[in-house]
Parts: sequence; C-alpha cells; structure tokens
Amino acid sequence: MNFDEYRGVWIFIEQNDGKVEGVSLELLGAGRKLADKLQVPLAGFLLGSEVKPLAKQVIAYGADEVYMVDHPVLKQYRTESYMQGVMLLVEKYKPEIILYGATPNGKDLASAVATDLVTGLTADTTMLDVDVDSRLLEASRPAFGGNIMATILCKKHRPQMATVRPKVMKALEPDSSKIGKIIEESIDLKEENMRTKVLQIVNDVTKKANLADAHVIVCGGKGMGDVQNFQILYELADSIGATVGGTRDVVEAGWLPHELQIGQTGETVTPKIYFAIALSGAIQHVVGMKNSDLIIAINKDPNAPIFDVATYGIIGDALEIVPKLIEQFKQLRNEKGGEMSYARKI
Amino acid sequence: MHIVVCVKQVPDTKIIKINPKTNTLDRRSAPAILNPYDAHAVQEAVSIREKNGGTISVLSMGPPQATAVIKKSIEIGADRGYLITDRAFAGADTLATSYALSKALEKINKEIPVDMVICGKHAIDGDTGQVGPGIARRMDIPPITNVIEVSEVNLKEKTVLIKRKLSSGYELIQAELPCLLTVEKEINQIEYSPMPNMIKAARYESVIWTVNDFENVDRSQLGLKGSPTIVGKMFTPPRPEGGKKIEGTADEQVKQLMDILMEKKEVLTLQSSKQ
Repeated sequence: MNFDEYRGVWIFIEQNDGKVEGVSLELLGAGRKLADKLQVPLAGFLLGSEVKPLAKQVIAYGADEVYMVDHPVLKQYRTESYMQGVMLLVEKYKPEIILYGATPNGKDLASAVATDLVTGLTADTTMLDVDVDSRLLEASRPAFGGNIMATILCKKHRPQMATVRPKVMKALEPDSSKIGKIIEESIDLKEENMRTKVLQIVNDVTKKANLADAHVIVCGGKGMGDVQNFQILYELADSIGATVGGTRDVVEAGWLPHELQIGQTGETVTPKIYFAIALSGAIQHVVGMKNSDLIIAINKDPNAPIFDVATYGIIGDALEIVPKLIEQFKQLRNEKGGEMSYARKI
Repeated sequence: MHIVVCVKQVPDTKIIKINPKTNTLDRRSAPAILNPYDAHAVQEAVSIREKNGGTISVLSMGPPQATAVIKKSIEIGADRGYLITDRAFAGADTLATSYALSKALEKINKEIPVDMVICGKHAIDGDTGQVGPGIARRMDIPPITNVIEVSEVNLKEKTVLIKRKLSSGYELIQAELPCLLTVEKEINQIEYSPMPNMIKAARYESVIWTVNDFENVDRSQLGLKGSPTIVGKMFTPPRPEGGKKIEGTADEQVKQLMDILMEKKEVLTLQSSKQ
C-alpha cells in the first residue's frame, strides 16, 4: 500500500430528508483544523437522492470540496446501498482520513465500510488531532467505561477512520461567500437488488428528544443512595422547569430508563444550566455534559472530579441541600405570586 | 430456523479498576460477566424460537473460561454453544474479531445453515458496536443495527420485519433472511431462567474450536497481527481548574447559589403569570 497516494480529510455528510445532521457540520469544523495542519483539502462527501442543493451548505461550513453520489435508491439510508457509494468514492479518490458522526447510521456505515476497505476504525471518539510528521490521526476516546482516555492509531492501513460523538466538536460560523469544488460521481444501483427495504420512518418526540433540547437539566448519580431519594430530583426539576437525567450507574441500577442516560454511551447534552447532583464525574459521564454553559455540582466528596468541570461547586450532602433548594424556588414562586418557570428553548 | 447469537465475556465495568501507575486494566478487580446487551440478544432469539421454532446456537471468542458466558446463555434458553479460543486470536481489534467470528460462523453454517445472526448493540468493555456489522459484511448478509423490535419473521417468504432505532424515532425495515441484527437493551426484558435450563447449563459442555479447526484461514488477519488499530497511549486528561467553590453551612450555600442563579437573567427568565 502506497500511503502517498492517500491525501485529504473527508467528512461523511449525513442527511435525512434533505437536512444535514448537526454532527456533520461539527465534523467539518474539526476536520478543517486537521486538514490545515496536514496542508490538504477538506472534503465533505454526500450521498442521497436530490441532495445537490446541500453542497453549498457543506462548503459554507468549511469544506473545500464536495463529493457527491445522487441516486433515487439512496433516498433513505441503507447500509448496502450507501456503502457501495462510499466504496466507489474512496477507492477512486483515496482520502487519508475519514470521519463519520457517531449516530446510528454513521456508526453502521463506518463499520461496514471499514470491513470492506480492510482498515482501522476508532469508535465514538471525543478528541481528534494529527501528528504532522507521521500524518497519523490521533483519535482519542474514553476507555473501559471509565476514567481514562485511550488514543487509537492506525499505522499500516489507509484511510484512517473514526466515528465522532455528536455535540463534542464545534462547527465553524458558516461563510456563504466561500467557494468550493463539487465533484459528482454516478453509480449503478437497482432497487430490485436491495435486500432491505425501509417501509416507514417514524419521528418520535419522546423523553430522549426532551433531554437533548432541554435548557435546564438536573442529573443525579448513584450518590443519591436509592431510588426513593432520587425522586426529590424530580421535585427540583419541576420547580425550575428542568428535565431529569442520570449517570450510567443510575441507569444500570434501574432507577431511570436508558434514554435518560447522559454520557459516552448515553446522550450528549449542552443545556444552559446543568445540575450535577451526587455524581462523581467519571470521564465517560463528563464527555456527555462538559459543554453545558453553567454547571452546578453538589457532592459530599471534595475530591470528586465533577468539581473540576463545574462552574460552581457545593461540597455538601445532596439530600440536605436539594430540599432546601426546592424550598427556595417554591418561596420565590410564592413571592412573585404566580406560576414561575425558567426559559426553555422555544 | 437456526439463529446464532454472538456473545462476549466482559469485565463488569461498574466495578473495574485502572492501575494509575501503568494505566492498564486491573482485570482481577472486576468479575467477568455476560455482556448485558448480549443477554438481550439471547433473550430475543428465545422469543423468536417460541413463535417460529428452531435452534439457537451461541458463539463466543475468548479465553477458555469464557465458556461461563455460554452456560449463562443456555440458562436464558440457548440450545448449543461454541467457543473459539486460541492464542492466535489474542489482541484482536474489531476487524480481526469479526474475521475470526465469521470463520466460525462459516463452519457452523455447514453443520446447520444459519438463518439469522444476533449480536448485542455493543460490548460494555469496548463500547464500539463495530463487530456485528463487520461479521455481516464478511458473511455478505445485510446488517441491521440498533434493533428495538423484531415484529415478524416470515419463514415462507424468508423475510423479517424489524424496528430500528434512529437518532429521533425509529424506522420499520423489511430484510431478507439470512441477516444480522444488533439489539438494544429495550428490545426485551430478561426473563427468569426456568429450572430445566439451569440444570442443562450446569452440565453443558461447549464445543471448543481452535484456529486449527477452521478451513482456509488467513492467519495474518487474526489477532494482533490482523488488527489495523493499536492503542497509542493511555492517559488521564489534565484536570481543568474547576470553578468557584461555594462554602459555608448548607443554608448559606443554598442562599449563595440562589443569588448567583438570580443574576443569570439571560438563562433564567422568570415568567410570572401574575397580572
């Protein structure tokens, strides 16, 4: 394998119904830095049906080039059709790095493509860098479900690939005057050759969506002691119009359903205010909430790592502090003499 | 109908400890368990067998003591189990793992043709979710990841109807058999094992294969040698400085916090309904 043939940083542009996923724009931002360091173009690659109008947006968010495969069979995401499109592009243009959002479809596609390309794939990364001399992608992620990061390298295969957690990287400010190159490839796909069919897509606005969109989150950890004590967090949340979430421990203990888990294997959230209550702040949790605007931590243990990322830290017993806090909010409501709620995203 | 469920023995990550000096996993610190997602995969196979009949095999790769997770799977309701164990498999990343498992599946498929493969969404020690789709590609069958419901199996038409979880909602997919599913925890509840299963599990002897039992195996694709990814370094990220500590008695702490929150007007908009 001649590594010099492989040049450029590519981002998978995931689109649903002609709308680009946020994580793809975030990855254009992250990819821009890598491409500049390596002094190569940044490209977005886009598959779908009638997706040409999206190329402009991809360029505005930082891409120098857009590679496109447009075909009616690609209307909905399917592993078999999409991977054929990706294989076609990658084998022809040979990028050295490919990043995908760690969404259900992004992970599914990247895993299949890596197998056929016989190359390395790092899952759910939260930090990205490149070593300019060796041109190696340094993809880091929390390991062992816990308090340590591992940097994964792919030295002997190209392209180097990684999936990246949504809401961890930052998108650039779009520049609509930016000019880029659009390269279109045609593909021969036939619906009758497909072994899977998408019959229906149901958009479900459930609790999960609430957590992702919540302006204020009250997140509790195992330090609440038991599921009864945990209930006071709902009372706190009610008094300020917040949404309740929990750590991995809490979900595994069965106090909360999995869709309310915040962290590496749960949701990544970026609310205006994040109450981290009786949770220690393991890395796998922190990666899912550290970009919140204001983090308030309450924990008995002064050495808990959550205090390192908290904007304000209260060292104390949550079971004592939280009821007092609820009392204060209620009192405030009574003084104002009306229903009080805090701003949510509108 | 023959369903093969891929299962993995993992350290219980809730209890696991990292040696702070070497940054490596202290495996003695954590008990080994059946990966929780894989337990749901076995349970789903049991439900499918109840409706459609057939046989459930489980397949695992790991050290000899990983037969424990095959026994556990038999408790849940699997009929038979295979363990592939060999030093040649050691140090495998997801690509090399999917190669080894697909070689075993090739051999199982010759014994009884496989109609469906089920895996857990991911293993809790690696959290990658890449092995399932990798196996599917190597077997050239469609992978369907993030499955939350197997709605219908039609053995006559050789199709299956599946609900697959998406970022916001789900999709209903029809797939041809054979196919490979990776399942979410919410797909089912693990049921209590009936006594006959427990007895069967206790006495069960897994089929054990080494690399020498495979046909046409390319050893360069196995284990550490066949793994494109390597761990460059392990590190504890530098601790950020942290913010302001709010001190005093509980009452004083709460009062200070309330004062801070009341100042954040751009965040906390008070909406009074009082006219």
